[in-house]
Amino acid sequence: MKPINITAAALGGLALAALMTASAVAEPALIYDAAGKFDKSFNEMAFGGAEMYKAETGNDYSDLEISEDSQREQALRRFASRGANPIVVPGFTWAEPVAVVAAEFPDTNFAIIDAVVDAPNVRSVLFSEQEGTFLVGALAAMKTETGTVGFITAFDFPLLQAFGCGYVQGVKQINADVNVLQNFIGTGFDAFSDPNTANEIGISQLERGADVIFAAAGGAGEGALRAAAEAGKFGIGVDSNQNYLFPGNMLTSMVKRVDVAVANAFTDQLNGEFTAGTQIMNLESGGVSAAMDEFNEALITDEMRATLEDLTARIISGEIKVHDYRSDNSCPVS
Amino acid sequence: MSARTELPRWVTLALMPALNVALAFVIGGLVVLAIGESPLEAIQILMFGAFGYGEGWGFTLHFATNFVFTGLAVALAYQAGLFNIGVEGQAYVAGLALVAGLAVDQIHWSVVLITTTLVAMALGAIWAAIPGYLQAKRGSHIVITTIMFNFIAAAFMSYMLTQVFSRPGANSETETLDAIGRLPLLREFMPFFGRSPVNITIFLAIAALIGVYYLIWHTKLGFKIRVLGQNPNAARYAGISAVSIIIITMALSGALAGMVAVNEAVGVQKRLIIGYVGGYGFVGIAVAFMGRSHPVGVLLAALLFGALFQGGQELNFEMPSVSSDLVVIIQALVILFTGAMSEMFRPALERLFIRAKPPPEKAVAPAPPANQPKSSGEQGSGQ
Repeated sequence: MKPINITAAALGGLALAALMTASAVAEPALIYDAAGKFDKSFNEMAFGGAEMYKAETGNDYSDLEISEDSQREQALRRFASRGANPIVVPGFTWAEPVAVVAAEFPDTNFAIIDAVVDAPNVRSVLFSEQEGTFLVGALAAMKTETGTVGFITAFDFPLLQAFGCGYVQGVKQINADVNVLQNFIGTGFDAFSDPNTANEIGISQLERGADVIFAAAGGAGEGALRAAAEAGKFGIGVDSNQNYLFPGNMLTSMVKRVDVAVANAFTDQLNGEFTAGTQIMNLESGGVSAAMDEFNEALITDEMRATLEDLTARIISGEIKVHDYRSDNSCPVS
Repeated sequence: MSARTELPRWVTLALMPALNVALAFVIGGLVVLAIGESPLEAIQILMFGAFGYGEGWGFTLHFATNFVFTGLAVALAYQAGLFNIGVEGQAYVAGLALVAGLAVDQIHWSVVLITTTLVAMALGAIWAAIPGYLQAKRGSHIVITTIMFNFIAAAFMSYMLTQVFSRPGANSETETLDAIGRLPLLREFMPFFGRSPVNITIFLAIAALIGVYYLIWHTKLGFKIRVLGQNPNAARYAGISAVSIIIITMALSGALAGMVAVNEAVGVQKRLIIGYVGGYGFVGIAVAFMGRSHPVGVLLAALLFGALFQGGQELNFEMPSVSSDLVVIIQALVILFTGAMSEMFRPALERLFIRAKPPPEKAVAPAPPANQPKSSGEQGSGQ
């Protein structure tokens, strides 16, 4: 079989060489993390950001999904050598490969989300998720009648623990007596795409008395939100604004503007304003927030809204310091 | 042999798999056509990506190295009639060998290689021997227990990486191996391989292929493994202890699975991350079956899947409308036609060869004794 392959490859090589020279253009590129482009969460938001850029500027972009961890450097290098600029990668697993490839292509700009790479041509975008989840935790504590709220996430993982830790801090800020149930869906990244188990865990938390459930588990979260909606209780969405999913039963969503981070990197490059270094997307810069729209306005009383604004102001002013689980891998409250 | 005409060996061992692969590519091509791309161009990109230039070759060989280990692990167990679906979990647990590598990464890469190889093989062996013991002593079916052990491995490793070995401030990954302790990449001696990750572990894979061949067909243990696999009752009457053979075979299978840790975690990723195995273990099942549980077949199947993984990524890059899911479809078609439907062409080929050959064959060749010690490559094909 191999001789045939080599002949075909030689022929293919000629065709491909022609193809590759034809398509060398300097457009921005986005490479998704292992969960894939349409994960209804993190990567899909990044895709949304690229689409935002396309709609606003009329310029095109390239994107790619990788399937194996060992392909990361290869993918970065191929885009870089083809002249793509900037190259944006969402996800901390990109940190090593970006550090390596950014050094090889000093004239190409890179942006990484959720991790820090210290290089003169890399922008590192970090989100203060704990501030956003603090707010939705406060809302949950104000909404609950049973005195029990739930938190469901994919698996035991520092980033996800940071979500949970901020949430619990928000709950306790309002009422230290409210009990927070915390459960994991699974043990690895595949848990992000397991809405059925999330649904089961949601039902279990409802049976244990929870009446507000925060599902921070990407695409799987919808299962838990459905459980809450079907029981006539409340759910809290994550990453994108998921309030529209179950109008009337969605208290709010903890929005993490990955899309803005991607679109900013693309637009800054276009306008010649790309800057390296670390960017913090927090409550103050609008990087994280508790979503308010027509789907949940009936559920939020004026009092809740006022408290939320007060908390927001106090977090921004630094009066309330929300502990970041990742700073010491532990949470002061549970 | 008399009632059913045997096909020539080259037909069963070479022509039939080739036809199956070709058919998979034809159907895959139709799928590409259906989304409005040229199948010819797609296959060109795929082949060029996998074999057209040094770096592509390097990636193909790197993936093939993983598949040789996982394929051999499944194949070896299958020779004893055991269906080891737990290769994924065995390789995952063996990843902890990287932690042992971290302890010695200041000395020399050869020390890291030896340490991690021994630890990885031991961990894989232990993780596989437990289901082996449960099968041998308690009758718990190996398919069920190895699947369950994949889940236990995922939970266990998630705990280890998050709570025990996590680098502070990082998201569930260990420290990175120091530059002194990193395994040499082939590109350091052969610039041909571009920037590909293929490393010296590939020589261990070649050694494993030869070793498994020797073990299965040239040792007493291998003979016992085959007897047990082909007829457990005969094995018992011959005085072969099924209990020890099952446990030993599973341990060896797990040790082979563990070698993925050396190639992938130690050699390439240089640190241990959540879910580092990434499905190599499951593909190993397809590789073993396509390779008829024979080391030569495993080698060829591993190369094919290595090429599909590397070429598929290239295809995804060059043809944005061909999403990574479509590449998975093409890979699945290859598995379907070469594994599940591998005998599909047999009736047609038999008709063809019987019509073409009968008079000379009967005239010239007297029927050979039925029990020629043939390689079980053919025996495997009947299963």
